[in-house]
Amino acid sequence: MKKNNLPENKNLDLIRALIIKHKKNDHIFAGIGFFVIASLAVALLVLFLDLLINGYPKINLEFFSNFPSRKPEMAGILSAWMGSALVLFVTFFVAVPIGVAAGIYLEEYAKKGWFADLIEINVSNLAGVPSIIYGLLALGLFVYEFGMGQSILTAGLTLSLLMLPIVIVSTREAIRGIPVHIREAAFAVGATKWQVTWHHVIQYAMGGVLTGIIIGMARAIGETAPVITIGALTFIAFLPPSPVTEVAPFINFDWLDAGFTVLPIQMFNWISRPEHAFHINAAATGAVIIMLTLLMNGVAIKLRYNIRKKIKW
Amino acid sequence: MVKKQEIIKAESRNFNFFYADGTHALKDINVPLYEKRITALIGPSGCGKSTFLRSFNRMHDLYPGNKYQGKIILNPDDTNILDKKVDAIEVRMRISMVFQKPNPFPKSIYENVAYGLRVRGENNKRMLDDKVEEALKGASLWNEVKDRLPDLAFNLSGGQQQRLCIARALATDPEIMLFDEPTSALDPIATVNIEELMSELKKKLTILIVTHNMQQAARISDYTAYMYLGKMIEFDETDIIFTNPSKKETEDYITGKFG
Amino acid sequence: MSNVKPTISKALKKNIRRNFVERLIEWALMFSGLIAILVTFGIVYILVSESIPFFDSVSLKEFLTSTIWTPNFEIKNYGILPLVAGTVTITGIALIVAIPLGTITAVYLSEFASHKVKETVKPVLELLVGVPTVVFGYFALLLVTPLLQKIIPDLASFNMLGPGIVMGIMIVPYIASVAEDSMRAVPMAMREGSYAMGATRFQTAVSVVMPAALSGIIAAYILAISRGIGETMIVAIAAGQQPNFTFNPIESAATITAYIVSVALGDLEHGGIGYQSIFAAGMVLFIMTLSLNILGQWTRNKFSERY
Repeated sequence: MKKNNLPENKNLDLIRALIIKHKKNDHIFAGIGFFVIASLAVALLVLFLDLLINGYPKINLEFFSNFPSRKPEMAGILSAWMGSALVLFVTFFVAVPIGVAAGIYLEEYAKKGWFADLIEINVSNLAGVPSIIYGLLALGLFVYEFGMGQSILTAGLTLSLLMLPIVIVSTREAIRGIPVHIREAAFAVGATKWQVTWHHVIQYAMGGVLTGIIIGMARAIGETAPVITIGALTFIAFLPPSPVTEVAPFINFDWLDAGFTVLPIQMFNWISRPEHAFHINAAATGAVIIMLTLLMNGVAIKLRYNIRKKIKW
Repeated sequence: MVKKQEIIKAESRNFNFFYADGTHALKDINVPLYEKRITALIGPSGCGKSTFLRSFNRMHDLYPGNKYQGKIILNPDDTNILDKKVDAIEVRMRISMVFQKPNPFPKSIYENVAYGLRVRGENNKRMLDDKVEEALKGASLWNEVKDRLPDLAFNLSGGQQQRLCIARALATDPEIMLFDEPTSALDPIATVNIEELMSELKKKLTILIVTHNMQQAARISDYTAYMYLGKMIEFDETDIIFTNPSKKETEDYITGKFG
Repeated sequence: MSNVKPTISKALKKNIRRNFVERLIEWALMFSGLIAILVTFGIVYILVSESIPFFDSVSLKEFLTSTIWTPNFEIKNYGILPLVAGTVTITGIALIVAIPLGTITAVYLSEFASHKVKETVKPVLELLVGVPTVVFGYFALLLVTPLLQKIIPDLASFNMLGPGIVMGIMIVPYIASVAEDSMRAVPMAMREGSYAMGATRFQTAVSVVMPAALSGIIAAYILAISRGIGETMIVAIAAGQQPNFTFNPIESAATITAYIVSVALGDLEHGGIGYQSIFAAGMVLFIMTLSLNILGQWTRNKFSERY
């Protein structure tokens, strides 16, 4: 049924043929894209599974309670995980207050100007400095200039510098999400700037800050290069002095000066050995590190997701 | 009410539209678009006029979950352009669109206009040159840009950018052109330019325009549809709508008692 | 009453104390911000001050042009070129792997993937960014290199190819997520403009979205290069720690970072030339990554200014 005396569009068949041709590219690319992502996922899954399967037989209580040893079957990661824990303890208590404070300063206090700009430029550049450079800084400054030696304190401070930009950036992002009217409401009832910050801003930003802290700590657990550079030992068969004592004042800080090793260095050490049996130990250590970091990152990502979903100002 | 010699170029029949969140945005819309005429859609904001316009080149397909119901028939081949079997790309190649805010691509002026042809696989330099010139002339932009075709399109003024977008839509010889409040982001002089351009364009093709500006509808359109809350209240010749509407709601809106 | 000396009311006294505390807190916060600047200055200070004695014994010309780096030999030679060659080769291999894969992933996620796929893949990418590099080093040495040796029998057990490929895989999520961010920031109106012309997804992605996001995508590449150059553990574990002036990926060679690690693992005395040499090498590394980072940030900002 020919309608309306309009001429039939002769191009229509041409257009249809063209679309079919062009859509083929769509399908081809969608296929390639999916293939790339899927194969990356498979490759990484295979790698991680290999690590887990190789390391699995070693992962038992003894592995965690034994010192490293020349005999691979006897070797464990006691000194390494203790070292990691103590180093991270220092890192946490240095990086978190300073990082959060700096983030608050930049968002709430700093006036727009060259000083704030300078800090900002520095923070974003520090985030991109290779970790081994922090190691060199710590080697020159903390180990020798300040005479802190190759100690847990040095390592903790070094890793806290690495973690600092992460904490600062996440604090700022979290604070930026808080609308002005919340602050105004608090100011309106006579609160001081710090009261507004402490009672409101920090409280509401807590989730985001926490996310940054967890991601930063996860990164600190896995960092190897800077800790090697400051001269962490690779073979340690003793524990640092206990932070808790049996006599008053029940706490001592001698452990801060102690030599140490950490999990990734222990793993590095075992990878570098020629004997296959040590590679199994390395795999087991790697599995422990991976589990820890994936778990922490997973928690952080989930946390952030929940915050985004929950909070609607 | 409709002059005898008018030809229906496209027509919506019992058209309904649902957004992904379930909102029933358009309810039983029946509107004809007459060949080589300008049809204006007016109504308060949120009444669905843009939603309706965007259905004509299946823009809603870009966002998952949106649902069309009913028909939009495109003549002369009597195609229901909402039919799942009809490719959205085919529809868009026949019906082009100019947006509310000028949205040139981050390319040269020349490449912006040539884009639609390139998308169709046209790479013949001479052919492209001719078409670009013709389209720019058609959008009365040629004299202003003929010496700077390789310049980035972002460097044009807002009004020029919008005319560039019209040239871009024109270059592929569309059968219908859709205008979604094309002058709302422009100053009065640029607006006049575009309005004159549309009157020129209707000699060649069919135009559907959404406008928030009733004077504009009265100035340029041949037919006007008044929409309210997703419903078509009244459709008629523009003169009648603005002088002697049959519905009370239309009259209230036109005279400013409401809205 | 006018001769009565005004006494400060209790409330006002509290005010003075309060203002003092407020000021104190502000200073403390500012000092925390200052630390970021101090760290940068610390880095520059240490690198420069420890390198100066190094350049007393090694001429800048030798350092920059000699192709031999033999700090442990009888005749010591300090030409940075072998370390730079190793760094460039491995980073180059990594980029050959990471740029296509990362870009395809980004385009797919931003323009093709369904909401559901996107919501699953994005967090996984973020997770992968957090995997410690020592683990990737393990993969490079003990899994990928043996696998490659089956295809290339000449491949040394320490080589640049294996760590390069693994580093590439490590960088993919990084490129993908930065590039995807910048493509997502391209206004929808621009895509609609293209679709309205009858363009397909692929045409829209390649000829509208990617050019619009170009500076963001380039920034992703630049930041990825910087990351590759600074990466330490993968190369220290799997590429060997022997400086070797070669661009041949199947040979073993040390990078700048691997050299620093190898010195730190040994017993070089504090203040000796070997000790100083790692700071000179570190300075080269710092200058390379800093310039790339600044360039990358600048490109990225140029992009965000536009939208």
